[in-house]
Amino acid sequence: MTERTPGFSTLAIHAGAQPDPTTGARATPIYQTTSFVFDDVDHAASLFGLQAFGNIYTRIGNPTCAVLEERVAALEGGTAGLAVASGHAAQVLVMHALMTPGDEFVASKKLYGGSINQFNHSFKNFGWNVVWADPDDIGSFERAITPKTKAIFIESIANPGGVITDIEAIGNIARRAGVPLIVDNTLATPYLCRPIEHGADVVIHSLTKFLGGHGNSIGGMIVDAGTFNWSREGRYPMLSEPRPEYQGIVLHETFGNFAFAIACRVLGLRDLGPALSPFNAFLILTGIETLSLRMQKHCDNAKAVAEWLAANKHVAWVSYPGLAGDRYHNLARKYCPKGAGAVFTFGLKGGYEAGVKLVSNVKLFSHLANIGDTRSLIIHPASTTHRQLSDAQKVQAGAGPDVVRLSIGIEDKDDIIADLEQALAA
Amino acid sequence: MNHDTYPDTFIRNILNTVKTIAMVGISPKENRPSFFAFKYLLERGYRMIPVNPGQAGKEILGQKVYASLKDIPEPVDMVDIFRASQHVMPVVDEAIALPRKPQVIWMQLGVRDDAAAAKAEAAGIKVVMNRCPKIEYGRLSSEISWIGVNSRTLSSKRAPLLGKGVQRMSLNRQTMSGGATDATDRAERVRDEQEK
Ligand SMILES: Cc1ncc(COP(=O)(O)O)c(C=O)c1O
Repeated sequence: MTERTPGFSTLAIHAGAQPDPTTGARATPIYQTTSFVFDDVDHAASLFGLQAFGNIYTRIGNPTCAVLEERVAALEGGTAGLAVASGHAAQVLVMHALMTPGDEFVASKKLYGGSINQFNHSFKNFGWNVVWADPDDIGSFERAITPKTKAIFIESIANPGGVITDIEAIGNIARRAGVPLIVDNTLATPYLCRPIEHGADVVIHSLTKFLGGHGNSIGGMIVDAGTFNWSREGRYPMLSEPRPEYQGIVLHETFGNFAFAIACRVLGLRDLGPALSPFNAFLILTGIETLSLRMQKHCDNAKAVAEWLAANKHVAWVSYPGLAGDRYHNLARKYCPKGAGAVFTFGLKGGYEAGVKLVSNVKLFSHLANIGDTRSLIIHPASTTHRQLSDAQKVQAGAGPDVVRLSIGIEDKDDIIADLEQALAA
Repeated sequence: MNHDTYPDTFIRNILNTVKTIAMVGISPKENRPSFFAFKYLLERGYRMIPVNPGQAGKEILGQKVYASLKDIPEPVDMVDIFRASQHVMPVVDEAIALPRKPQVIWMQLGVRDDAAAAKAEAAGIKVVMNRCPKIEYGRLSSEISWIGVNSRTLSSKRAPLLGKGVQRMSLNRQTMSGGATDATDRAERVRDEQEK
């Protein structure tokens, strides 16, 4: 008898979770504790030496967080996960495992603005140097590679939406260069796109968005695809060299195809410290159980709203790859056939003033800086997140005076459209 | 037998049946993967017998080391080979020639010799290649889930504990298979291409 492989929605509910071994609790308990008792002295020594699997201290691992880790790893088709305090923390730990001062990584310039800041400023203070490339010109990634390049970083669907990155083409460049491809899959979630199937070696998430999905918890995730050979050229000493922190063990040799996740945990998380709280892990896990239902509704609503906006007389343009004729429509059909996500931008003919008026007049949409909530969200970047930039810089960042960003929720679509209609007309 | 993937039932059955395991190529150094696996399996209740000619007569974790399989004065159920692939065949030949053949020959993660496997199978011995019994035990008992690893198992049944203490889990767990990782297959393909 061959064993069946469960479907995505089954994994979203069950992967990583089982009735609690000691109490039988069926929902995943919130293990709200800093520490775990050892069975005996020898057991403690085995745990600290990485010779046994188990729990020590919640900065390094926690059983509630572990369920979340296995859940997301299973949904992405990866070998292991590591939950951390935020999406940004996930990016820090991934680069910490790969880079030494003076190294470079190539990143798509179509990224969440916070990631652009993190790479341009904070990472440079560590001596991790970003080199920008343009996903609309795939060759620019190849040209950006130097002997110092240690990784390539892209977003599957790029925030503020509208851009679908050609993961496979960039994955081929990464493979030829012998570096891992890191994909931020926050906006797509594994329901819409599984980057590992297209060549990603590491997938990261801001769990804060659609995976948690209810706007109540900040969290991040690193998923190890188990695909990269860290020891081939000895360019990743965290993984391929004996570690003085652990009596000289070599992580890749010891942990095989989940060594990257272990390196991020036992070197990065242990020493840098951005642990996720078990309570947040519980809320995010509960959110993930309905991921398939929510994500499909997010996408269906977003497409309806984008179509309605495209036909509205106040609207100059709509950038949503789910629309036929959009420049990224073919890439969307390849990478996100179930829907092109729920975050996108559009332009108002009335420019800056019209943008300010719209966010002031909405009654159902919430005017705030997050995305990926059950609620519909709106922001006018030029008057908020991108306010300090010059007009030219705003346009360059895709945040011109006329631009409005929406994150479409899972309310009834007629109510969402009616709110935009009254706010645009007011 | 297909040696690219093994059903969980096949692996669980092996780990649940064997009691005595001879580990060929074990290192006495505490930071080596073979030492990790040996210690872990010993703590899970297996009778572990170290085999390493350079260490013969000494002890590893209180267990007497033998120079070769034929020197072991008792029957072994499983031979776990911690040697590079090119050194597997002589070990398999020696195992087949034992007065009581082992039931299982297991080759560690990264170790594979299809000709040796075919020979062992022809002699009625089950073969597992390119897997680690520690990782497989951890996966099927669900212990490995504590460190965020995708165990690729699902279960609505409570996982039984193993003996005393709460951080040791038993293999007597009922599971169905979890999601596949296309990833691992791709890793192997890419590695094979790179080695060519
Ligand atoms: C695509 C993307 N990546 C990363 C982040 C950062 O995540 P967090 O806010 O959880 O640190 C965000 C947040 O907006 C995002 O949209």
